[in-house]
Amino acid sequence: MLLLIPLLPFLGFVINASLGRRMSKSLSGGVACLAMIAAFAVSVAAVMRMLGDSSGAVQQDVYTWIASGRLNIPFSLRVDHLSAVMILVVTGIGSLIHIYSTGYMHDETDGEYARYFSYLNLFGSFMLVLVLGANFPVMFVGWEGVGLCSYLLIGFWFRKKSAADAGKKAFIVNRIGDFGFVLGMLLIFATFGTLDFQQVAAAADTRAIEPAMGVMTIATLLLFLGAAGKSAQIPLYVWLPDAMEGPTPVSALIHAATMVTAGVYMIGRNAVLFSHAPTTLAVVAAIGVATALMAGTIGLVQNDIKRVLAYSTVSQLGYMFLAMGVGAYAAGIFHLYTHAFFKALLFLGSGAVIHALAGEQDLRNMGGLKKYVPVTYWTFLIGALAIAGVPLLSGFFSKDEILFRTYTSSNPSAKLLWTVGAITSLLTATYMFRLVFLAFHGERRHDVPVETSHGAPAADPHDPSSHPEEEEPAAHRAGAHASTSLGTGGHGDRHGDVHVHDAPPSMAIPLIVLAIGSVVAGYVGVPHALGGSNRIESFLEPSFEVSESARRTETLAAQAAPPREPEGVRAVSAQREPQGSESGEHASSPELTLMLISSGIAIAGIGIAMYFWRWNRPAADDMARRLHGAYNLLLHKYYVDEVYDSAIVQPIKLISTGGLWKGVDAGLIDGAVNGIGEAIRAGSGILRRLQTGSMRTYAASLFLGVVLILGWYLFRS
Amino acid sequence: MVPLNHYLVLSGLLFAIGTAGVFLRRNLITVLLSIEIMLNAVNLTFVAVGRYLNTVDGQIITFFVMTVAAAEAAVGLALVIALFRHRETLNPDAFTSLKW
Amino acid sequence: MSYYAFYVFAFIAIVSSLLVVGQKNPMHSVMLLIASFGALAGLYVLLDAPFTAVTQIIVYAGAIMVLFLFVVMLLNVPREEPTPASVSALLGPTGMRVGVVLSLLLAAEVVWAMSRVGVGVFSQGPGTASVSSVALIGRALFTRHAFAFEATSVLILVAMVGAVVLARREQH
Repeated sequence: MLLLIPLLPFLGFVINASLGRRMSKSLSGGVACLAMIAAFAVSVAAVMRMLGDSSGAVQQDVYTWIASGRLNIPFSLRVDHLSAVMILVVTGIGSLIHIYSTGYMHDETDGEYARYFSYLNLFGSFMLVLVLGANFPVMFVGWEGVGLCSYLLIGFWFRKKSAADAGKKAFIVNRIGDFGFVLGMLLIFATFGTLDFQQVAAAADTRAIEPAMGVMTIATLLLFLGAAGKSAQIPLYVWLPDAMEGPTPVSALIHAATMVTAGVYMIGRNAVLFSHAPTTLAVVAAIGVATALMAGTIGLVQNDIKRVLAYSTVSQLGYMFLAMGVGAYAAGIFHLYTHAFFKALLFLGSGAVIHALAGEQDLRNMGGLKKYVPVTYWTFLIGALAIAGVPLLSGFFSKDEILFRTYTSSNPSAKLLWTVGAITSLLTATYMFRLVFLAFHGERRHDVPVETSHGAPAADPHDPSSHPEEEEPAAHRAGAHASTSLGTGGHGDRHGDVHVHDAPPSMAIPLIVLAIGSVVAGYVGVPHALGGSNRIESFLEPSFEVSESARRTETLAAQAAPPREPEGVRAVSAQREPQGSESGEHASSPELTLMLISSGIAIAGIGIAMYFWRWNRPAADDMARRLHGAYNLLLHKYYVDEVYDSAIVQPIKLISTGGLWKGVDAGLIDGAVNGIGEAIRAGSGILRRLQTGSMRTYAASLFLGVVLILGWYLFRS
Repeated sequence: MVPLNHYLVLSGLLFAIGTAGVFLRRNLITVLLSIEIMLNAVNLTFVAVGRYLNTVDGQIITFFVMTVAAAEAAVGLALVIALFRHRETLNPDAFTSLKW
Repeated sequence: MSYYAFYVFAFIAIVSSLLVVGQKNPMHSVMLLIASFGALAGLYVLLDAPFTAVTQIIVYAGAIMVLFLFVVMLLNVPREEPTPASVSALLGPTGMRVGVVLSLLLAAEVVWAMSRVGVGVFSQGPGTASVSSVALIGRALFTRHAFAFEATSVLILVAMVGAVVLARREQH
């Protein structure tokens, strides 16, 4: 049954890829959405079954993929608590984005439309393989597959050079990370003799925690390199902002909610292994928080609405890695889960804005949209509040959990990490609300769109009456449905002189669902300090320990050793609390204080944004002028792309062109081959002079030979 | 009685003389004559060794060699005549069309 | 007695051969070659091969040399000309000297080789009659070597045809 989960989207891919050009748009879109929704349904069923299972996991070995000597790798899929969260997120939010795409991509031709959906389904299939894989190679199949689909989808409008370049950049930078992943995988196999996650965890558990460098540290560092590539951390984050060349739903699905979280998931999946390599964890935390800060500062000055959100994604991923790095694996996954909701919401909302303004993406040309696109505005606002960490919304719970765990972790620079995280929080709130105020508030700075066909209702491609089947009423289980009245209300606001219109239902409904999710999704992780039971942490805990079945195969030696807590927090939070945070009461006072500080930061950030971009816009420009050095640095993204280009790309190009091409290929190899020809030509040029045509010289040479041979034989005897 | 070696030395000398004539002379007829000298030297060897071995085969081979020499001389001279008609000279160095 | 005869005949043969190779006039070369053949015939007689001696005179001296004479007189061959300079340097005076050296080398080698073969003495006496009998030669020729005999006759036929074809005047 588990095989169905990735198989259904794959079938959607096959159908759309082969027959897409001949299918109508509603058919190809419908097939794709149906595939994802069906996958969601099967996922729910699988999760139910898993919850009922005593071992807490459901595994399906589909077939033996590689059986070669010591290497035995079955193609296995496994649902446990961690992958349950992931598949629900992927299929659920994936379905919503598929539905959104049917409206957003409507202006494409039939063939392109089908191609888009085939890629999107393929991506879903690979992502599900990635999270369901029970061993490294299967995960790697999914890992590579999502990289491929990312390339295909970023470069979807491949006729545009910047899009094609962005796709290539994403793929190549990803490959660098994948190289690290493969090396890590090989090292793990060489060390532990197995590639199955559960077995690796069990084997790692028998070893002592490595103090500094060791084989586990090196392996995990290599794996983290792969994660850095896939999840856009320093130094391999440069592809994500450029990836905004792709369609906005792609940015939402791949570069916010699912693919970029693969790195975080991978670390969570190997929590036991990583716990035994504290050096790696320290590196992870440091890079995570540094990336978060750096991306936050860049996001503050960007003028493209999608770029701001892209850097915001990089920044939030940094938070997730920070969580993983201090051992708070559940907190990282929790943030992954809430971030999927509000980041997808923000991207889809920005897509609605871009759609409404007929392609305008520059913030400086937006403004005053609040009254024209109310649904978009209100859902976007909810998303922004969530990401800023305003209390009672989902982002608050998850981000606060991370900051709390960082503060109380055993990492020697815990306080420093917390401080940087807090500053980044401030930046997050600030740049997000800058976005809100610039786009939706203030006076209208955008021009009336040039397409006059927008005004005529008959020619409006977003007329809801032409897409009755795109509204999927009852298929979601992610939350209660809001009524569709808000969605259709947008059309009533259209005045004669304004052609800006709100999102059509196919786009509006996912926005609403995600907004609801952004609010309520956090309640599964209400911490003890506020009286909750932090259910998500206890739910995810078993996934971060050695599973029972693997533990049973361990020798007694493992049990004789002092029981290590794979959940690093519990071992290290003994600074103030002797027990773990499960006991609740002891942990509450620092936690409450930190919570108050976080809330204050969020409000302060919103306040700063309000000052600069709502009330006193000239002050923002003034400050930019006064600090123009810093401003330019941030605007040009710290010139990292330029540095990479001159330090790495150009030398490689130089070596390839000058050295390898001209030197080795043309000079050496061609020279050798041509040289042989030349040598033979020269040699035969000399030899042909023997043909004098004169009989006497022939006779003379003949007799010379006779003399010599005769002489030799006589000499010998 | 003269030992066999004497005969063999004699025929060897004659052979060498004939060889020298083949590539030292600039007249085609003389070249052909030198070839005849060589063939005769070989005949002498055969007869001498046949006498030494008390067999008649030496003379029989000589018979065939003479026949072949005759045929070869006939054809060779016909060629010389044809060449002379073509080039008005009998210098073998004049016929170098097979040069590179 | 036969001892001296051998040396006389050998001397004649060598001298006339040398002169054949050295003479400028082809007519003289032909005549000298006939003399050489005569000396060789004498040597054959000394070797108890009268049939071969007679055949030598009849076929070689009588037929082949006459043929040569005919051609020489027919073509009115002039004295030898110097080599045209266009061909390779090997054919000039340097080549001539090299050629002479080469021939001397060959002669020396052959002589040396032959003298080392080992002293062989002919068997004496009338037992040699079996060697010299014409009847014996005939018998061997037509029985054991019959195939070669017939093939040789074909060869002569071919040579005859070839000679006729080659020497024909071109007909246009």
